[in-house]
Amino acid sequence: MQDREAEWAGLMRAAIGGDGAAYERLLKTMAPVLRSIARRGLIRAGRSEAEAEDVVQETLLAIHLKRHTWDADRPIGPWVHAIARNKLIDHLRRRGNRVDIPIEGFEDVLAADEDTPLVEARDVEPYLNGLPARQRDVVRCIIWEEISIRETANRLKITEGAVRVALHRGLAAIAAGYRRDST
Amino acid sequence: MKTDDLIRGLAADNATHAASVERWLFGALAIGLALSALLFAAILGPRDDIAAVAGEFHFLFKFVVTLTLAVTAALLVLRLARPGVDVKVWAIALLAAPLMLGAALVAEFATVAPAIRMIRLVGSSWATCLASIPLLSAPILAAALIALRHGAPTQPALAGAVAGLLAGGLGAAIYALHCLENSPFFLATWYTLAISIVVVAGSLAGTRLLRW
Repeated sequence: MQDREAEWAGLMRAAIGGDGAAYERLLKTMAPVLRSIARRGLIRAGRSEAEAEDVVQETLLAIHLKRHTWDADRPIGPWVHAIARNKLIDHLRRRGNRVDIPIEGFEDVLAADEDTPLVEARDVEPYLNGLPARQRDVVRCIIWEEISIRETANRLKITEGAVRVALHRGLAAIAAGYRRDST
Repeated sequence: MKTDDLIRGLAADNATHAASVERWLFGALAIGLALSALLFAAILGPRDDIAAVAGEFHFLFKFVVTLTLAVTAALLVLRLARPGVDVKVWAIALLAAPLMLGAALVAEFATVAPAIRMIRLVGSSWATCLASIPLLSAPILAAALIALRHGAPTQPALAGAVAGLLAGGLGAAIYALHCLENSPFFLATWYTLAISIVVVAGSLAGTRLLRW
């Protein structure tokens, strides 16, 4: 797993340095590993694997919103694993499960055959309801309509800076929605 | 939402950079300490003979113990705010202040006559001490909790409790400028009890406020 550690740490450093493509590649490489951790944890807790994608997305959101808590001088693996574990436990606790399940060590996780979700994650659009309409539009454009930040700015006739702020608030709102929801 | 769509959204947000928990904590503590100092000046003020006692060992010892507690708690809580960091060494370092106090207690026990021990332990201002330290610690605790919300503590109750030790240590150090009691017996009993109140408050608040 030495390779994964070096690869992830390298990509995260590039991402923090402003390389968005490296960041996208990093998150795409992480997703199958997170999926594997979530599926196994859910099965051990006696829950359905179908919930795994919700946990994966919550974990990715937490990794993103808390990425400044990774110390670039430390290995990234234990950091990712602690966040994945924490989000799995949160997910189980909200649904009234016991949370003393063992969660396998990060080194043991293989990502084979976990490239695709079994079931898609929930619809998160309702989580955006508390936001101003303009911010909701920005999130819809970028996440669901696959439009770039610049095009979104043109279409909505606002600055790129405003698009960035709205996107960040929208992502935080989705994370908060996941945190509240126990269905 | 498809996970690939989410990832695209997260990557588009790559330019946003948050300040480190360290910067948040130092900034917040500066404000918390300033508020606490204002409270102190308005309600208590330093003891009248502070210039005369400033060089005395037992007077200075109160600051050594409480500030050691605050510093070790700060170092621990900063690690608790980062997921996946091993905190064992920093948890052990937290014992420095209690060990110093223990040593001072032994010395005091050996040198002070039994009849006087109880008098020094009870002192004459324990009620003020119990009320003032939590009051002076409150702004500092609030500041520390606000800073920790920018971190990612995986154990919110524990992180809140250690924030309570940090705030309690600093609050007690400020109170020590006013306090006339210099005996380690008094320190070990009433300061400890007062700081414990802050720790419990921090832990309860942490459970609610430090989830992410």
